[in-house]
Amino acid sequence: MTSLTKRSKVVSNKKMTFWEKIYLPAIVGGMWITFGHLFKKKITIRYPEVKREFSDIYRGKHVLKRDDEGRERCTACGLCAVACPAEAITMIAAERKPGEEKLYREEKYASTYEINMLRCIFCGFCEEACPKEAIFLTREIVKAGYERDKFIYGKDVLVEPVDPAKRIDITRRQTPEVLEFKKDKNQRHNVH
Amino acid sequence: MLRITIDNILIEVEEGTTILQAARMIGGGVVPPAMCYYSKLKGSGGKCRTCLVKVAQGSAKDPRPMPKLVASCSTPVQDGMVVENKISVEVQQAREGIVELLLLNHPLDCPVCDQAGECDLQDLAFGFGMEETETIEPRREYPVVDIGPLIKLHMNRCIHCYRCVLTAEQITKKRAHGMLYRGDTMEISTFIQTAIENDFSGNMIDVCPVGALTDRTFRFKSRVWFLNPMNAHRECSSCGGKVTAWMFGSEIYRVTGRKDRFGELEEFICNECRFEKKDISDWVIEGPRKIKRQSVISGNQYEHLKKGSIIHPIEGTTEPQE
Repeated sequence: MTSLTKRSKVVSNKKMTFWEKIYLPAIVGGMWITFGHLFKKKITIRYPEVKREFSDIYRGKHVLKRDDEGRERCTACGLCAVACPAEAITMIAAERKPGEEKLYREEKYASTYEINMLRCIFCGFCEEACPKEAIFLTREIVKAGYERDKFIYGKDVLVEPVDPAKRIDITRRQTPEVLEFKKDKNQRHNVH
Repeated sequence: MLRITIDNILIEVEEGTTILQAARMIGGGVVPPAMCYYSKLKGSGGKCRTCLVKVAQGSAKDPRPMPKLVASCSTPVQDGMVVENKISVEVQQAREGIVELLLLNHPLDCPVCDQAGECDLQDLAFGFGMEETETIEPRREYPVVDIGPLIKLHMNRCIHCYRCVLTAEQITKKRAHGMLYRGDTMEISTFIQTAIENDFSGNMIDVCPVGALTDRTFRFKSRVWFLNPMNAHRECSSCGGKVTAWMFGSEIYRVTGRKDRFGELEEFICNECRFEKKDISDWVIEGPRKIKRQSVISGNQYEHLKKGSIIHPIEGTTEPQE
């Protein structure tokens, strides 16, 4: 029967000739290729000193964004956690008390929000699921560490600073289509 | 017996049955969605218009079609009636319009709302809603009110279905709340903010198709899709004691009544069962409820069943587990 994919190779048991049996020509041929690479451009870089350019859609450490007035956008709706294929996200919701309107945008907020960076696979599904434009993946690398519990990032690490100068830029995560959608005043979450 | 054809399916029903009830006897996709009709509440139905169907043939005697779409929850069946629901484009388009009107003043605060994930309006909007709103007018806004120590009222989310008012009227002897004003400005209210203190008042939460009435003891505790709905029962002096316990690990986060496949309560449960018994030792846990695969609640469920345990599925049948 012939193969349907035609990707399989038929193994032959043919006898090698004397020229093939001594192996020397094959070894010399291989060495010649190795030698030739000395004069070619290196494909490796010396990492800590030299860093590579990231792709535009690189997905690194998460950030919990604040809105223009410095209020936390996250409402602990849990959609990121249910979308997360690695089950890395956990949160506890709390109700906003009177007087906290400048801290949290809506009547519910996340009192704790944790991402287990050992579980996270940086797929970006949380970002896609978020209805409040709160969570984004940044270009920052999650640093290596020696202790496992240091990898559970809480709100102290994830929420961006209030200071407008220290805000984390996520415009690279927002394609022209996304930005256009955000200008649409018919969408209620844009008005807020 | 009257013969009625709904979406080309013939069924015989007794006199006095409505089209919606006949469709529910057939079950499956031919059942029109209903936001205000509740089979256990007398006088419910006819308000939300989501159950509109087309009557292509009025009866065997008078085969003319009815001139307009009719509300299937309040139209009685006539012999030889031919009804179109899912197969009629007109009905589907009308339903899209109805959903748009229901969502006209709805705040769409699903990320905050405790009802999200088990909300009839959310399902309806997912099925028939448009992606964008056509209005630029501001939505009506009311402050959030506590009606009693156990129930929270978000009037913003209300769709004026009257179910809670009818529940209060029927289940309890002394009605403590009703509708004020009319039309767009209609509002559920207690008489001068009187607390609702009836023993069965908590059923209003389950009856509410949206998140207008929510459980204060469960407020913002978790989302429904992180919890495991379990069938549980206990000896109760005032109600049947058969409930759904929504569990997270070995903790009971909230207790609701058991809902059948049309989203209606099988039995009303008392406030003691609903709000006070949150300890696992209060209940006999029977086993996990079967969740519809389409439901978001099924997303994170891993069922562990012991041999011989029984599921009481939402789908209405009881089946032994292998």
